[in-house]
Amino acid sequence: MAKDDTGVRYKLIGTRPDRPDGLDKVTGRARYGADISAPGMLHAAVVRSPHAHARIRGIDASKALALDGVKAVVTRADLPTGLTGEDWNLQENTLAGEVALYDGHAVAAVAATSKLIAQEAARLIQVDYEVLPHVTDVDAAMQPGAPAIRPGAADYSVPEGMHPNVVKQIDFGHGDVDAGFAAADLVREHTYKTEATHQGYIEPHACLGQLGADGRGEMWVCTQGQWYIRRMCAAVLGIEAANLRVTPSEIGGGFGGKTTIFMEPLALALSKKAGGRPVKLVMSRAEVLRATGPTASASMDVKLGMTRDGRVTAGSVRFRMQGGPYIGSSPVGEALSCAFACYDIPAVHHLGYEVLANRPKAAAYRAPGSPMAAFAVESLLDEMCRELGLDPIDTRLKNAAREGTKASYGPTYNRIGFVESLEATKAHPNLKAPLGPNQGRGVASGFWFNHGGETSVSLAVGEDGTATVSVGTPDIGGSRASIGLMTAETLGIPYENVRVNIVETGALGVNEPTHGSRATFASGLAAVEAARQAIATMCRRAAAEWGIDPEAVEWRDGAAHPAGPNAGKFPPLSIAEIGAKMGSTGGPISGHHEVTAGGYGASFGVHVVDVEVDPETGRTTILRYLVVQDAGRAIHPAYVEGQYQGGAAQGIGWALNEEYVYGADGRLQNPVFLDYRVPVASDLPMIDTVIVEVPNPGHPYGVRGVGETGITPPLPAVANAIAAATGARLRSLPMSPPKVLAAIKAGRG
Amino acid sequence: MTKLHVTATVNGDPVEFLADPRESLLDCLRDHLDLTGSKEGCGTGDCGACSVRLDGVLVCSCLVLGVEAEGRRIETIEGMANGAELHPLQRKFIENAALQCGFCTPGILVAAKALLEENPDPTESEIRYWLAGNLCRCTGYDKIIRAVQDAAAEMRGAN
Repeated sequence: MAKDDTGVRYKLIGTRPDRPDGLDKVTGRARYGADISAPGMLHAAVVRSPHAHARIRGIDASKALALDGVKAVVTRADLPTGLTGEDWNLQENTLAGEVALYDGHAVAAVAATSKLIAQEAARLIQVDYEVLPHVTDVDAAMQPGAPAIRPGAADYSVPEGMHPNVVKQIDFGHGDVDAGFAAADLVREHTYKTEATHQGYIEPHACLGQLGADGRGEMWVCTQGQWYIRRMCAAVLGIEAANLRVTPSEIGGGFGGKTTIFMEPLALALSKKAGGRPVKLVMSRAEVLRATGPTASASMDVKLGMTRDGRVTAGSVRFRMQGGPYIGSSPVGEALSCAFACYDIPAVHHLGYEVLANRPKAAAYRAPGSPMAAFAVESLLDEMCRELGLDPIDTRLKNAAREGTKASYGPTYNRIGFVESLEATKAHPNLKAPLGPNQGRGVASGFWFNHGGETSVSLAVGEDGTATVSVGTPDIGGSRASIGLMTAETLGIPYENVRVNIVETGALGVNEPTHGSRATFASGLAAVEAARQAIATMCRRAAAEWGIDPEAVEWRDGAAHPAGPNAGKFPPLSIAEIGAKMGSTGGPISGHHEVTAGGYGASFGVHVVDVEVDPETGRTTILRYLVVQDAGRAIHPAYVEGQYQGGAAQGIGWALNEEYVYGADGRLQNPVFLDYRVPVASDLPMIDTVIVEVPNPGHPYGVRGVGETGITPPLPAVANAIAAATGARLRSLPMSPPKVLAAIKAGRG
Repeated sequence: MTKLHVTATVNGDPVEFLADPRESLLDCLRDHLDLTGSKEGCGTGDCGACSVRLDGVLVCSCLVLGVEAEGRRIETIEGMANGAELHPLQRKFIENAALQCGFCTPGILVAAKALLEENPDPTESEIRYWLAGNLCRCTGYDKIIRAVQDAAAEMRGAN
């Protein structure tokens, strides 16, 4: 189904070879965070606050330390003081200082000779708490009388008179919004809420850390970014980054949630206190849900103006988001920037508030902020299309951002593929599938910026003409395969002759994590440039052997050739022949590229879902699902489809089931997968995909990045489909059966 | 707590280990027998990443005590391939790109093998309900279901 408007033909790019790490991963050999051990290793356990908000009066570890096999206990008193900004936030989140700020906040950690002893010791550590009033809901946290969680945390942007839990205000836009609304035939405004969800990676956080009295250490850890782990652990512990060597394990899912630290410094601090013995720390699922990752919860007002024929004249949003008890953790800025990014609207205004609450420190989750914004904006757009009797796809086409449009968040779009995606959606057979009683169809669009970022890649040519590529972005869903394909295509050698290794922090310059949909884009771009550098060297070696000018040599099909008849008549020199002789022709042949990659291209997608709603129970069944998204170019189409399908499934879970449920006591009520219900196989149909390819001019093969946009449209698309099926408009997630049933009953009035 | 001596067979090989009575079979496989292919995703029997066969029955090894393995026959992901020859399910999972992070993959493969032994020609719906106890957060299940269908068709053809 791939649509390529350039006509470029590649030998390898666009094919679907086996992934190089496939064999290890189907045989159980692949080593994830918890899968390695070390001689003399200790096991750690963490003591966590059972209160949403409580002053820590004292910690008594004497009984734990008296237990046979216990080697070290760490509290905040063991960590350095004087940190500021996000470093302080990270340290505070690693171990509470004076106040525990959420249910599950770490208070102490213990290392012992076995897991069972460590767990028993953790139970013996006595913490004296003074329980404080708490607040977990974003709107409640802004109300007068709400407990002030960290007075003084607000930055300069917040106007006087707001509650001290409001710590940041963001305000931007362009055009005359009032004039835009005045020019509209229909103006509508509603409020929408989304609950916090968790990334839900199946692999809990796990690490094995070792730190000596000399401040030198090592860590094996499941992470999306080994350099981030290094920098953050070094900051929290007050050690030098270069003295900590971090090796990433295979990673059992991340979705943004493994781009930061949670408990990693504890393993190192315990190790140091225990005389440098390695310490293994593995979270339980309940710890993962209570103390890591969740995304923000949001409360959002949206106002749109539209002409009778479907032109959007103005839009304004006011978003309130909580991302836990620290400033800077909620993605409110991203949410605002994504809100109208799909559309060319003459006047837009964005106002956002970041609010503190007694919940875990939010981490990135797939297109942070975009799904919430889309739920609000795309739901209201759909509602207005229905009111005016307009086709939802044609209306989006009429307002679609395209090349040259000034984006709602500022820049002017380069080449983008939103129009192409909408047109491919219109042409898809799913749009013609007949619908029965209690069934409805929903359409929605989604956006993500994509990302480039700090990237460093090395490539070495082997003596047999094969190539080894060292990259710093952990392979979370097939990036070894895509980077291998691009490298092999560039060098003109078989895919099987390229090995892509994910390397430790000592082997390359600083790399940002696998985040922002950047791994295939940025590490791929750098691998291509590194390969081109090696090619230039190989061309010089051939020129020297032939006694001709290096400019008279060209590289194709994995060999140096004389460039045209004037260069002379020489048989081609293959990469294997050049590699075999490299020691005597000038030394090792390698390539290296480092860059803060710009040139990433924005990503747009359109989803269409058909649902059936049981009028007796309110349960929603997904009947049919279509994802259409611009990939720029699909290097390995099977893994591009996989990103589309996986993003859609996560978005469906967010729409229908998943939520953080807090009791009146501020404790998380559902920290197990039985109650925090991610979609299971029987919840979903096959997920149809169309890969649109509008190449990104900022990448040598046109790659845009495909990981994140797919989670964005499902939230509004499912809401729009439920509205079509039942007439009931749900403006609060999740659209669980009781809520849908209540909305249907209210509609019947 | 005093450890108990357990003898069992794992993937056809005789094994023995000392188990604390509080340890799960999953803990024993991973920590005492170095068989780390079975994964712990939840420890409460909800995610299926630790799926193994116990005397042929598909179980979550996190819900079985290690000492319950005494005298029993255990099959794990490490025993699924016949030497260098992959089971058709393993091959089809690679060919169909049915894994992204790969963490749930061992449990899903063990569970899918049990399904195909019981029902060589399952419908899509039967596969989905059989695997409903095996969470995958990456793929949306589409390619997993297709890989199981593909392997089932190949295995039927071979018989």
